[in-house]
Amino acid sequence: MGVVLVNTCISLSKFLSWPAEETKYLPASSTVVEDDGTKVRKDKAQLSVSVKRFVKKLENISDNEAQEILEEKNYVAALGICAQGIMGNGSNISGGEVYSFQTPKRSNKMAELASELAQTPEKNVAPDDSKCPEKMAKTPQSSKRSGSNKVQQRSKKKEFVSTTPYRLRKRLAAPDPYLESESEYSASCSEEEDEDEQKEVSAVLSDQKTPAKTKAASTPPPRNSLAKKNKEQKMGNLVEEYFEAHSSSKVLTSDRTLQKLRKRRLDQQTLRDLLKNAPLAYAAEIRNLNQQHESLFSKWMLQLHLGFNIVLYGLGSKRDLLEKFRTSLLQDSVHLVVNGYFPSITVRSILNSITEEVLDHIGTFRSPLDQLEFITKRFKEDSSLELYVLIHNLDSQMLRGERSQQILAQLSSLPSIYLIASIDHINAPLMWDQAKLSLYNWLWYETTTFNPYVEETSYENSLLVQQSGSLALSSLMHVLHSLTLNARGIFRLLAQHQLEKKDNPSYPGLSFQDFYQQCREAFLVNSDLTLRAQLTEFRDHKLIRTKRGADGVEYLLIPVDDSTLTDFLEKEDEDV
Amino acid sequence: MSTCSVSKGCFVFKPSTKKRRLSDKTAHDFRCTSNDSEDTELRFVTCQSLWNQIKSETEQIQENLNKQLLDNLVSFLSRSHSDFQEKTTDWTCRMKFREIPTAALVLGVNVTDHDLTFRGLSDVLQDNITPYVALLEAKDCPGIKNLMQKLMGQLMKCDIDVDSLEDEDCVQVSQNRIRCSMPSLISWYDSVTKKTNSETPSKKRNSSSRHWQSPPVVVIFKDMESFTTKVLQDFIVISSQHIHELPLVLIFGIATSPMIIHRLLPHSVSSLLCIELFQSLSCKEHLSTIIDKLLLTSQFPFKLGEKVLQVLINIFLYHDFSVQNFIKGFQLCIVEHFYSQPLSVLCCHLADIKKRVYSLSHDQCESIRRLPSFRRYVEKQESGKQIELLTNNSFLKEETEKLLGDLHVYHENYVRILRCLHVFTSSLPKYPLGKQIRELHCACLENRVWETEEYESSLQLARMLNKTDLVTMLQQCVEILMSSSGKEFDRAVEKLKEFLTQFQNLEAEASQERDVSVSPQKELQKKTDLYHLQKTLLELKESRRSKKLTKFEMLRFEVVDYIDSLVRRYLAPADERALHEIVYFNGAAVLRGHLNAAPRTALHTALNSPHWYLKNQALRCDGGGISNKAPDICIVYKLHLECGRLINLVDWLEAFSTVVMAAEEPNADAASSDQVDDVIHARFIRAVSELELLGFIKPSKQKTDHVARLTWGGC
Repeated sequence: MGVVLVNTCISLSKFLSWPAEETKYLPASSTVVEDDGTKVRKDKAQLSVSVKRFVKKLENISDNEAQEILEEKNYVAALGICAQGIMGNGSNISGGEVYSFQTPKRSNKMAELASELAQTPEKNVAPDDSKCPEKMAKTPQSSKRSGSNKVQQRSKKKEFVSTTPYRLRKRLAAPDPYLESESEYSASCSEEEDEDEQKEVSAVLSDQKTPAKTKAASTPPPRNSLAKKNKEQKMGNLVEEYFEAHSSSKVLTSDRTLQKLRKRRLDQQTLRDLLKNAPLAYAAEIRNLNQQHESLFSKWMLQLHLGFNIVLYGLGSKRDLLEKFRTSLLQDSVHLVVNGYFPSITVRSILNSITEEVLDHIGTFRSPLDQLEFITKRFKEDSSLELYVLIHNLDSQMLRGERSQQILAQLSSLPSIYLIASIDHINAPLMWDQAKLSLYNWLWYETTTFNPYVEETSYENSLLVQQSGSLALSSLMHVLHSLTLNARGIFRLLAQHQLEKKDNPSYPGLSFQDFYQQCREAFLVNSDLTLRAQLTEFRDHKLIRTKRGADGVEYLLIPVDDSTLTDFLEKEDEDV
Repeated sequence: MSTCSVSKGCFVFKPSTKKRRLSDKTAHDFRCTSNDSEDTELRFVTCQSLWNQIKSETEQIQENLNKQLLDNLVSFLSRSHSDFQEKTTDWTCRMKFREIPTAALVLGVNVTDHDLTFRGLSDVLQDNITPYVALLEAKDCPGIKNLMQKLMGQLMKCDIDVDSLEDEDCVQVSQNRIRCSMPSLISWYDSVTKKTNSETPSKKRNSSSRHWQSPPVVVIFKDMESFTTKVLQDFIVISSQHIHELPLVLIFGIATSPMIIHRLLPHSVSSLLCIELFQSLSCKEHLSTIIDKLLLTSQFPFKLGEKVLQVLINIFLYHDFSVQNFIKGFQLCIVEHFYSQPLSVLCCHLADIKKRVYSLSHDQCESIRRLPSFRRYVEKQESGKQIELLTNNSFLKEETEKLLGDLHVYHENYVRILRCLHVFTSSLPKYPLGKQIRELHCACLENRVWETEEYESSLQLARMLNKTDLVTMLQQCVEILMSSSGKEFDRAVEKLKEFLTQFQNLEAEASQERDVSVSPQKELQKKTDLYHLQKTLLELKESRRSKKLTKFEMLRFEVVDYIDSLVRRYLAPADERALHEIVYFNGAAVLRGHLNAAPRTALHTALNSPHWYLKNQALRCDGGGISNKAPDICIVYKLHLECGRLINLVDWLEAFSTVVMAAEEPNADAASSDQVDDVIHARFIRAVSELELLGFIKPSKQKTDHVARLTWGGC
C-alpha cells in the first residue's frame, strides 16, 4: 500500500512539476547513472534514501505538518539534485515549496486568513481590538443567527476572551452528525488559536459561517466521515489530501450565491470605468520594474538577429512592454503583431496575414502546411526579406494546440523571421516538447511587470462580469428583422413562454408539440412541416437550442438570458 | 496604429519608405547599451568570427563522427540492390526480392539532433548513390495515403532537381495530384530511369556518372517509433509486392532500441524486411568529443568558467541529451561574454593581442585596473611597480600583454597536464575524480584540486596501481606531453622516460622479491588450527606493516609524487590568474535564466512575496506571510490557497474586501462595510480573471457561483 502510494506521489509530483524546473526528470537521471561515473550514482542513492524516508513517514502517524513539509523538501531536493546552480532573480525556491501538498482545508479557512491579513497593520502599529472585532464579525451577511450574534457581540467586549469560543462550541454540538464532524473541525481550529484574542475573533467569524452553511446544505448522511477520520490518523494527510481534493464526494463550500448578495452584476464597460478610476497600487515600483526590462531591448534585438527567439514570462501583462519594444525599435522594419488572447485568432489568420500583407500574395492555400511551405520558400529565396513577429500570449486558448504550436515553431525557425512572444499560463511550457523547443530556439527572459492584464482579460467571459447582452440583443434584432412576420411571431411566442417560466429553474423548454399547438392557434403555421422549416432557420442562426428530454420529446429553448429577452420583447413591441 | 481591436488579432506593419533596417546593423545593437562605444564594432566582429570558427569546427566534428556510419550505410545501399542492377532473373533471386533491404539506424534518444544526421545522410546519398531519397516524418503521415503522397511528392521533386528539365509540367503533375499508388510510382520510376538511359550521355554526364543506371529508391523514416503501426505495416506489405519492379530501400531512424521494430511490426510483416543494424555514436561520446575539441584546446581564446560549464553539462545530462543545445548554450555564452564584458575585445588570438592592447583607451585601462583579479595581482607587486601599474598607461599595457600571454601559456599547459591526470584518474576503481575528462576539468576549475578529498583518495589509489598499468599510463603521458609544441615539458618528459627505464630495470629484481613473499603464505597453508591461523595472520600483518618497501613500491611512490607536483604546478584554478575575467565567461546565472528558466517559480515568487519585485517597505512582511497591502492579485491568490477544489465566489469576494478595506482605511466605521464597495468589487473581478488567465482557476458548473481550483498545492 505504502509503496503504491509513494509511486503515485512520485508520478503526481512529476506530472505536476515543470519540465524545466528544479524537479528534474527521474528517468533522465537514472539513465545517466548507468555509465556516467559515480557522481551521479550518489544522487541516486540519496534519492532512494529519501524515498525510503517517505515510506517510513507514511507509516508513521505524524501529524506534524512542519516536519512533513521539511521532508518533502528533502525529497524534491533529491529529485532536483543538479539544480544547485545560482539563480539571480530570487526564484531559487525548491519545487517542494511551489507544490507542497495542501494542509487540510476547511471551508472557513479563507475567512480566517482574510481576517488575519486584515489585522496585520494593527499588529504592526498598535493593537486596537475594540473596533476591529465588530467590523470583522459583521462582514458575513448571510448568517441566520445575526440577531443572537449581535447580542453576543455587544457583550463581547468584556467577556469575549474566554467564553465565546466555548459557548460556540457548545452550541455547535448539535445532534446532527454532519454538524458534529464539522464542529470537530472548527473546535480544533479554534483550539489552535486560543492564545490570541484577535485570532479568536476570527474563529467566531468562521464558526458563524459554519452553521449557516450546514443548514443550507442538503443533508446527505456523512457516510464515511468517521472512517475517514481514522484513516487520516493512519496516513500522513499528504496522499490522502490529494484524493480527498479530487474525489467526487461532496464539496464543502458554502452555498451562498452572488444573487443573495444583492449586488448588481457589473458589465464590461462599468468595470473598465471603475478600474480606471481606481489608482494602480505601487505605480512607482512597477514603473521602476518596467524600466529595468526596457533596458534589455537592444539585447533582445541582438539575440533575435543571432538566431534566437525570445519568450517572456512572469507575472503581469507584458503587452505594454512588447508594445514599447515595437514602437521604439521596430518602426523601420516589417513586423507582425499577433494578439494571441484575441478569442478568434487562428494560426491560419496569422499565416494569412503573412502571405497576404507581408508577401503580397493573392490566392488561397489548401492547408496551413502548404501555406507554411510557401512562406518558407519565399523567405529562403529572398534573403532581404525580414519579419519580426510579436505574439502576445503565445499560450492562449486558441494557439496552444499541438498543431498550431508546430506551425508557429516551424515559422520561427526560419532564419529571417524573428519571434518574440510572451506566455502567462502556469502550464504554458507543457505545450512544447523537445522537437518544438529546438525549433523555437528560445531564450527565456523573466519580465515580471505586475501590470494588470487589461487587454488580455477584456475578451474573456469573466465569471463575475455580466454578459452585457448588448451584442446579443442587437444581433437578435438584426436576424429577426430579416425574417418574415410569421417567423417573428413564432419566435415571440417562444420568448414569451420562456419568460413566463423564468422563475422555474428546472424549466426544460417548450416541447415541440405544445409549441405547434400554440402556433396553430395563433395562425402562424399550418402544418408541423412549416414549423420545422422555420425552426431549422432559427437553429442555423443560433437563436434557439433544441434538446431531447428523458421521454424523447424535443424541447425548445432560447439560449439568451432573461433580461435580454425582456429587452427584446419590449423593443419588438415598440416596433409593432 | 493601435494593436487593440475587437475584430482582428493580427496586425501587419510595413514601413512605408524604403528605410528598412538591414541586418548588418546588428553591430549597432551591440553598441546600444555598453557605454564605452569605442570598439563595440571590433568586439562584435571578434565575437562573430569566433562563433563562426567554432561553428565550422563543430560541424567538422559532427561530420567526422558520422563518417564511419555513413560509409557503412552507403556500402550497404550499394550492396542491397546489386542483383537488381545486374538484372538477374533466376528464381532464388526472385525469392529474395520479396524482402526489402532495410537499414535500422539507432540514433539515441535526442530526436532533435537527428535532423542534422539525416540531412548529412541524404546529402551523401544523393551525391553517391541515388537521386531518389525521400525523408518521411510521422507527423506528416497519419495514414497510408498521406504517406504515399508525401513520398511521391518528394521523389518527383528530387527528380526535377536532378534532371533540371522544364519544371513546369512536372510541378503541374504534382499539383494535380496524380493518383498516389504503388503502380503509378513504378511507372514513374520506369519512365525516369528509361529517360535517363535513353538521353544523350553528354547532357547527363554529371548525374549519370554519379549514379547507376537504375538507382535504388531510398525511403527514410525519420522517427520510426512515432509512426502508426498500421501505416508502417501497410506500406511494407504493399511495397514488398512490388519490390522486383522498384528497387526500394528503407532506412528506419530509431531513437530507442532495435527491439522496437519487432514490437511495432508483427512477424509476418517484419519477415518481409531484411534488416541490417547500424549504430551511431552515443550522444555522450559526441559531447565528450565536442568538449575535447572546443574547450580543452588552446585554439580558441574564449573559455568557459566552472559554473557555466556545469550548467551546460547539467542541461545536457538531465534534460535533453542534445548536443545541439549544448552548442547553442555555448553560442549564448560567447554572445553574453562579448556583450557584457567591455574588455572582451582582448579576448582574441595571441597574434592580435599586441595590437589591441596598444590601442586601448584610457577608460579601458581604467577598467582593467578595476578588475578584481588585476587588483589582487597589483597588491602582490612591490610598491614601485604598483604605482607604475596604477598610473602609467603604457606600462599597464605592457604588463597586460605579458599577463595575457601568460594566461595563454597557462591554459596550454593546463590542458596537457589535465589530460595526463585524466589518464591516471580514469583508470582508478570507482573513479573518485570522475570518469570523464569534463568532470576532472570542472573539478580543477572549481578550486585547487589537490586540496580536495577526492584527489587525496585518487592519489591513494594510484599508489596501489600495478606495474603494467603504471607503465602504460606513463607512456600515454609521455605521448601527451611530447605532442606539445613548447619547451615547457621537456624536463617532465625526460623525467617520465627515466621512470620508464627504471621500471624496466626492476624486472629482474622483481622476480626475486616474489620468492621471498611467497614463503609466509606457504606456512599459512600448513596450519589448520584456528588459533594458529589467527596468530599467523596477525604476524603477517605486523610484518607487512613494518616491512621495508620494495623497490617497485618506492618507485611507484616517486612517480605518483611527481605527478602530484605537476598537478600542483599547472592545474591551479583559472580564477587565481590575473586578468582571467577577460577570457573566462562566468555568468552562470544569466545562462541558466535564459536556457533553463523556471516560469512557474517566477510566478510563485511574484504572487507570494511581491516585495521581491516591488521594492516597497510596506510589502515587506516577515514570517513568510503576505502583507494586506500587497497587490490585489497576490491577496486573491493567497486567499484561494486556503480553499479546496471549489471556491465560493461570494466568500472569496467578502474575504477579499475584508482584507482590502482593512488595508485602506483601518479606522473606517463598520457601517460602510455593509455592502461591498463597487470599486473593490471591480478590483476583485479583475484579480479573479487574471488568476483565470494564469491558469489557477476555471469557471465551474458544478455549483452556482463557484470556480474550480486547478492547482492543488498550497502553502
